[in-house]
Amino acid sequence: MKTYLTKQFYGDYGDRESVKESSGIAADSARDWPLWEVFVRSKMGLDHKHVGSLHAADARMAIENARDVYTRRQEGISIWVVESRHIHASNPDDAASFYDPADDKVYRHPTFYELPDELKAM
Amino acid sequence: MEKNGTIQLETIFQDRIDQEIRIEPKDWMPDKYRQTLIRQISQHAHSEIVGMLPEGNWITRAPSLKRKATLIAKVQDEAGHGLYLYSAAETLGISRAEMINQLHSGKAKYSSIFNYPTLTWADIGAIGWLVDGAAIMNQVPLCRTSYGPYARAMVRICKEESFHQRQGFEILLTLSRGTDAQKAMCQDAINRWWWPSVMMFGPSDEASPHTAQSMRWKIKRFTNDELRQKFVDICAEQVKILEMHLPDPDLKWNEKRGHYDFGPINWDEFWQVIGGNGPCNKERLAARIKAHEDGAWVREAASAFAAKQQQKQKAAVA
Repeated sequence: MKTYLTKQFYGDYGDRESVKESSGIAADSARDWPLWEVFVRSKMGLDHKHVGSLHAADARMAIENARDVYTRRQEGISIWVVESRHIHASNPDDAASFYDPADDKVYRHPTFYELPDELKAM
Repeated sequence: MEKNGTIQLETIFQDRIDQEIRIEPKDWMPDKYRQTLIRQISQHAHSEIVGMLPEGNWITRAPSLKRKATLIAKVQDEAGHGLYLYSAAETLGISRAEMINQLHSGKAKYSSIFNYPTLTWADIGAIGWLVDGAAIMNQVPLCRTSYGPYARAMVRICKEESFHQRQGFEILLTLSRGTDAQKAMCQDAINRWWWPSVMMFGPSDEASPHTAQSMRWKIKRFTNDELRQKFVDICAEQVKILEMHLPDPDLKWNEKRGHYDFGPINWDEFWQVIGGNGPCNKERLAARIKAHEDGAWVREAASAFAAKQQQKQKAAVA
């Protein structure tokens, strides 16, 4: 079976570079703390939404920094952080073939079905 | 073969740009596009960070608790803006540490406006009105720039900048309704900040060789001179509310153009300040480097703490 998911790194590095494996807890001037992606729920009943990324030594620090950076004006009531290296993503180069199974299935949309106007509320 | 492949990719890339489809980090992009963005976004980030210095200067001397709280909030916003932009630049393949090194070594530039001193409290008002006003003029079109992460960062920044500009104008408005000394202070700050703010839009279009390519790639949406004219037109009206004047004897409404005409810009001063000879270049960079070095123990402590917690967790699992 063909595997569609390749490991991609959203934030830290460009598409050609590979990311260093160790999450490391680097602090010297040449290396950065690990990168974290931040997701914020703006109010109860809504999904957590990706808002950006930041560097932090650990998860707790990432959450505290995310609060200071992304919720200074009451933009959130809940924060998720996940280390960027743990995010897997589909590959944009494969987008055409990856999503094409949905291209010819218009019958999945309600507007595909022609029904008389007398039919209300459907 | 290889070359044809690249040309084809460039055609596809330009097509996407022309169709207003945003470019995302893992999409193919010309090296030059990547480099231009890294330079522009990191410079922008550095400007936010260095921009904290002239204003931070007045936090302890703000005239009331309200002004102090506002100024702290504003300076904190600038730090946030720097972070959004550094993050956006990092998606292009440059590390945060590398960008910081470039700033500290003088290899990377930041907006030359921050090399001017903040001499009086009125300067904080003038910075909000004029400097942030010019920044907003530049930044609003960047919310539609072709690189997705940059555009998203700009949306966030623009939302916050409008408070900055309003608080600045309010400071000047209060001074302009005050004693004669306060009025004089207000006019003096406007006199000193006007021309550097006009220069913030960068060299004129004829002297800006990269503009055409940046416009084609839709990194930029308007030329430097277009934005500068818009800024002058708006400020020339707003200054009337302050009952002050802009320090330009040639400033005059031109009915035919539908714009204000304005006097010649001292480009020599502009290039001098960019070249490192502004009033505060050395001081700003030294303060920035000192802040970074003084913070080293905090970074080390955070790392040591994280390592210890990780080890504790491992021990607990075992």
